[in-house]
Parts: sequence; C-alpha cells; structure tokens
Amino acid sequence: MKTSGRRLRVAWAFGVAAAFLVAATLASALVGAADLNPLATANAMLDHIPLVHLPSSLSPLDRAVLFQIRLPRIVVGLMVGGLLSVAGAGYQGVFRNPLVDSGMLGASAGAGLGATLAIAYLSGSHGPFGAGPGVVPVAAFAGSLAGVAIAYLAGAAGGSGPATLLLAGVAVGLFLTGVQTFILQRSAQDLQQVYSWLLGSLSGATWQQAAEIGPYAAVSVTIVLLHGRHLDVLSVGDEEARALGLHPGRIRLIVIAACALAAASAVAVSGLIGFVGIVVPHVVRRLAGTSYRLVLPLSLLAGAGFLVLADTLARTVLSPAELPIGVVTALVGAPVFVWILRSTAAVRT
Amino acid sequence: MSAIKVAELSVDLDRVPVLHAVSCAVASGGWLALIGPNGAGKTTLLRAVAGLLPHRGTILLDGADIGALRGRRRARLIAYVPQAPVLPPDMTVREYVLLGRTPHLGYLGSPSRHDRGTAAAAAERLDVARFADRRLGSLSGGERQRAVLARALAQEPGVLLLDEPTSDLDIGHQQQVLELVDDLRRSRGVTVLSTLHDLTQAGQYAGELVLLHAGRIEAAGAAAAVLTENLITRVYAAHVTVGTDPGGRPVVTPVRAIEP
Repeated sequence: MKTSGRRLRVAWAFGVAAAFLVAATLASALVGAADLNPLATANAMLDHIPLVHLPSSLSPLDRAVLFQIRLPRIVVGLMVGGLLSVAGAGYQGVFRNPLVDSGMLGASAGAGLGATLAIAYLSGSHGPFGAGPGVVPVAAFAGSLAGVAIAYLAGAAGGSGPATLLLAGVAVGLFLTGVQTFILQRSAQDLQQVYSWLLGSLSGATWQQAAEIGPYAAVSVTIVLLHGRHLDVLSVGDEEARALGLHPGRIRLIVIAACALAAASAVAVSGLIGFVGIVVPHVVRRLAGTSYRLVLPLSLLAGAGFLVLADTLARTVLSPAELPIGVVTALVGAPVFVWILRSTAAVRT
Repeated sequence: MSAIKVAELSVDLDRVPVLHAVSCAVASGGWLALIGPNGAGKTTLLRAVAGLLPHRGTILLDGADIGALRGRRRARLIAYVPQAPVLPPDMTVREYVLLGRTPHLGYLGSPSRHDRGTAAAAAERLDVARFADRRLGSLSGGERQRAVLARALAQEPGVLLLDEPTSDLDIGHQQQVLELVDDLRRSRGVTVLSTLHDLTQAGQYAGELVLLHAGRIEAAGAAAAVLTENLITRVYAAHVTVGTDPGGRPVVTPVRAIEP
C-alpha cells in the first residue's frame, strides 16, 4: 500500500515537471513580436513529429520566424536551463550544501575571464577575429572548465573534503574575477560587449549552437543522472559513505567533472545566467523530497521549462527591446528563493 | 562466522601516535567492549577495524586481512555505527535504512525488490517501520539510534562496530538498545565490537572487556577481572566503589571523594 502511494507521488512529480516543460515550450513558441496564429503554429510544430502529418496555414514568413528564430532559441533555452539545474543539483549533492550554484568552483569566474579575454584581445574591435561572436563561446567554455580544474587542484592539495574545495573555489573565483576586472579596465571600449555577455542572453541562439553543445550536454547529464544514488549516500558524510563501501573522493571528482562540463556547455551559448541552478533544485525538493535519484532528473525537466519561460519574459516584457535573461532569473529567482527558505524553515520547526 | 583478530595495531592521527601495538580478539558471535577514559584510543581502534584509517599491524577478519579487502566487499562484512552518525534531516527513515544496502549494489545498480525487502525487514526488526515515512530530523534520540541500527542491520554484516551506541539516551533507552544488540548477536551470530562509557553496562552485556589507556591495553578479560576499584581509580583518576549485582557482575558506583 505504502509503496504504491510513494510511486504515485513520484509519477505525479514527473507529470507536473513534464507538463510544465511542455506548457513553457508552447507558450514561448506562441508569444513574440511576430503575431503567429496559435493553431497554425501548433500544427506546424506537430507536423515535424515523425508519423504525424498536419496541414498548417502558416505563411512562409511565419514559418521562418517559427523554425529559424523561435524554435532554436527555445531548444537552446531548454538545454541551458536543464544543464544549469542539473549542474546546480549535482554540486549541491557533492558539497552537501544547498546554497551551491552551477557557477561555483570558479566556473562562472573562469567563463567570465575567458569571454573577456576573447572579446578584448581576439574578437573585439581591435582583435584578429574582428567583431562577432565566433570565438567567445569557445573561450567561455574553456575558461569555465579551467576555472573548475584550478579550483579542484587547489582544493585537493588541502585534502579533498567538500569544505576545502568550496573555499578553494571561492578563492579561485575571486582571483579570476580580479584578473578579468583588470583586463576590462585596460580595454574600456569592450566594456559594453563584455557586460551584455555577462548578463546572459539567448538572443543569438541558433540550431548550430544546439548541435554544438548537444554531445557535451548528453554526456554530462547522463553521468550526473547515473550518480543520484551515490549522492544520496554521500549525504551521510564521507566517513560513513566509506564505511558503506563508497569512494567519496572518486565520486566527487566524477560528478564535479560532469557538472563542470554541463555548466560550461550552457555558459558557452548563453553567457552567465544566475539563480537557475539554485532555485530549480530547491523547488523540486519541495515537490518530490530530497533523494537525488529524483531531484536530478526532475531538475533537468523543471529547469528546462523555467529557463524558456524566463527567456519568454525577457524578450516580451519590454518588446521590442530585450531584457537580459540573467536579470529575469534574478528578479524571479530571488523572491522565490526567499519564499522557499522561509517555508522550509516553517516545515523544520 | 566473523572472528576478529587485531595484532600489534598501531595508528597515528595527524602524525601523533594514538594506538601503540594493540592486540585483542573477538570470537565469532562474541561481544567485546572497549572501555577507557576519553582519548584512550577506543574510537580510533574501532575506525581502524572498520577499514577507515591507515594503520600498522594486522586486523584479520576470519583470517583475512581487512586492509586487503576492497571497499564494497569490506562493507558487506562490517557495519560501522559512529558515535554521532550524520542524519540528513529531510531524509525519510525508509530512504535512510535503504542506504544500508549500498555495499550490495553494483556501481550503477539500484536497489532491487530484494534490497527493499531486506531494508524493510531490518526496519521492522528495530521497530522503526511504523514511522518509515517520517523525516530523520523529527525523530527522538531513541528513535534515531534505532534507525541507525536498522541501517547497519540492512547491511547484513557479520560484524557490528558500535561507537558509544547509548550516548544521548536515557537509561531505559540505553537498556533497550543494548538488549536489541545482544539479541542480534544471539539470533544471527553477529560479532559485536563496541565502545561503551558506562562501565557497569559494559560488564553486563559484553563477554569480554578491553581497558585502553593512552593507546595501550591496560587490562583485558572478563568483567570481574577488569572492573576493579584499583584499575578504575588509577586509569580514570576516578573515585568509585565496585559491588556486584544479583547476577554476580560488577557494579561500578561513583563516589564523591570529599563530602561537602
């Protein structure tokens, strides 16, 4: 009896998350500067599902808007949101700390420095690559991974405990941000471009971006999802996890590497988007309990939906101007976060 | 069959020697209690047997060196309950007890029906099944201790290592937990190696006592041989009298040295 009740609850949580994702996707496809007919849009999208053939009255121009502008942006948004949320949840498990985000361990700072270097010296107004986005994603991706690697090596030198690693991450992050600020000061003409990158945006999303980060996303998410049970065991502490036959250091390294890859993939195409990696896993925990075997996959679904919804707001609220998506996630995320903390405290006491 | 033999065991913590060539043994299905003042090395000895500390000397489990056992294999044979286990406050009792099945799962495996059944039986055995869906943070001291023992039992170990299993419990719950452990020992042949602060209880439940002092064995043997006024006064710098209970076992009573 009890077991079936628990299954029902799990199925319900997955159902809610999936419904949220689908609703966010549809809403985002329908809303925007070009006024698309909802029914025709839905038909045109469904027509692309194998074995489904639906006539759609969408004009060629509207089809172009849908398939070349909105849909790639939605797909990249789904990927970025899912990646950031899974990475955040994974880090929270590894560090046994609910306030850890996907940008931890020097990831955001490394990406920021990488992008700044690329903009200032390679692709900026004076760089050999000329103005344009080409080299920035690669630099951000590499910078993000390098930031985590440096933080991990620095932390591991002092024993591989989670607290030491976190502190090393903070130190490395501050250092990299310092270097970034120094570079920015010396190339003030690129300030605007760097700043808009730092705030995050999906406005340049293309199918090609989705295809480029796809393999990294698939590998990293798969690895993190496979370690949900190990993260549950780690929640009783390193010593007891070892007494249960686990190697906490090894698991921490694997999950950190996978989370770093996930976050770097997201950062490469979206810039720095905060709060997603903290808020989404917490909302999921409120819905489905704390087991990482559920928190990780549910964060993937809910995070994907959340980011697409945030991006829809970002591009419609001040239309035709766009808000940086980082501003939206912070404006929505921070109050939600405070609400979660308050209601969680109420449950505990 | 899970006999433990510790020979010439030395352990350093942070380069400070904590145990000096300690030797002791427990027969399969026996109960050995480690006693001694704070800092004598009781917990260190327990952690070394659990395979959690680098050491010199040998620790044999049924003749096999536990240092040579891989993590999961060792964890299937030995369950370790620290003095202050980490209990994630939002985890349910059911999820927590199921963690005991970890050593029986492959790296990417997930708990099978059999694993869930074994965990449920362990929860039933320690009377925590009634509140399997409650969160650990909401349990009382006695309930927590039983949940932790249920997790250890779900491991289906041959050896149970218990570090102060009765700390933080009132006298009634202390006796309840110790009776449960003794019952597991009798009914399943589990070998118990525990530290105990309460000397009288140590004598009542353990077949053999080892008195540690500053990392060395001061005395070992049956309760009557170890729990003497002389030894306790010297090792603990305490003032006690030792009487006997109706079963003929020693009763250690603290006395106030200077009456006010």
